[in-house]
Amino acid sequence: MPSTLCETAYVRDSVRATVKLLVAGAFGVGKTTLIGSVSEITPLRTEEVMTQAGAAVDDLTGIEGKLTTTVALDFGRLTLGEDLALFLFGTPGQSRFLPLWQDLAHGAYGALVLADTRALQRCFDTLALVEQHGLPYVVAVNRFPDSPAHPEAEVRQALDLEAGTPLVTCDARDHTSSRSALIALVAHLHHLTGA
Amino acid sequence: MSPVSRRRDLVRPYVVTGGRARPSRNTLDLVTLLTAVPGRPAAALGPEARAMVELCRGGYLAVVDLAAHLALPLSVTRVLIADLLDSGHLAARNTHRPAGTPADRDTLERLLDALHAL
Repeated sequence: MPSTLCETAYVRDSVRATVKLLVAGAFGVGKTTLIGSVSEITPLRTEEVMTQAGAAVDDLTGIEGKLTTTVALDFGRLTLGEDLALFLFGTPGQSRFLPLWQDLAHGAYGALVLADTRALQRCFDTLALVEQHGLPYVVAVNRFPDSPAHPEAEVRQALDLEAGTPLVTCDARDHTSSRSALIALVAHLHHLTGA
Repeated sequence: MSPVSRRRDLVRPYVVTGGRARPSRNTLDLVTLLTAVPGRPAAALGPEARAMVELCRGGYLAVVDLAAHLALPLSVTRVLIADLLDSGHLAARNTHRPAGTPADRDTLERLLDALHAL
């Protein structure tokens, strides 16, 4: 166990407000990559112990005595200005992670839902969870090199997005592109407060 | 098997908390910031709690930061932090938006400006 950390691991003393945003999506859609491309700290991983919820889904063959399962959670942080710290939580979108969502959505401002046009249907669970928790969101299509180019209208229709929900495209590996996706989300959240 | 999971097998998570799964207070958000209170010796605490206090002597860390750096499950981390707040070893700075309150337009505006300036 470490007893000291380098100075940059700490949140600046002047921080007076923390904002929590979720970066949600299916496994392998690029959540941690996006967080890593904008975070000032290397994304950290923590685990939560989940009881029962995953038991029906997770293959526990050979470990039948195991009553709990753990889920990994990656997060990053950005200090903005003197007094604002933005926390980005990579949130797994499968419905079996529902208990974790309650915790993560608590006090969160909104969610950036990452989608992969090679398998859009993998996004459905995530969208359902985001909506269930009443979180405003923006969908960002993470462009993979072999992603088929679909017209925006088709993607919107496939995901059954409401007209007011922004849809953007990003490359999660790229700092500027990931930052733009976050800006689209925050601009949307800001717009909603004025409505 | 990583060193962390090996340790996990040897010490079941809730042994660390004396079998408790829930913290003594419910105000700890994942992003609540914590720091050590100066002049409170940590020598008599359990190893995990002592490590927490020592990490927090360097400045402010969020609940999730502590869980990650100490490789403890979040729920266990919360129980230990609540104990350390009760005993006066740690102090919390509540900087997050209280659940159920509307999003703060001013904060979002500053966030937007800062992201553009990044």
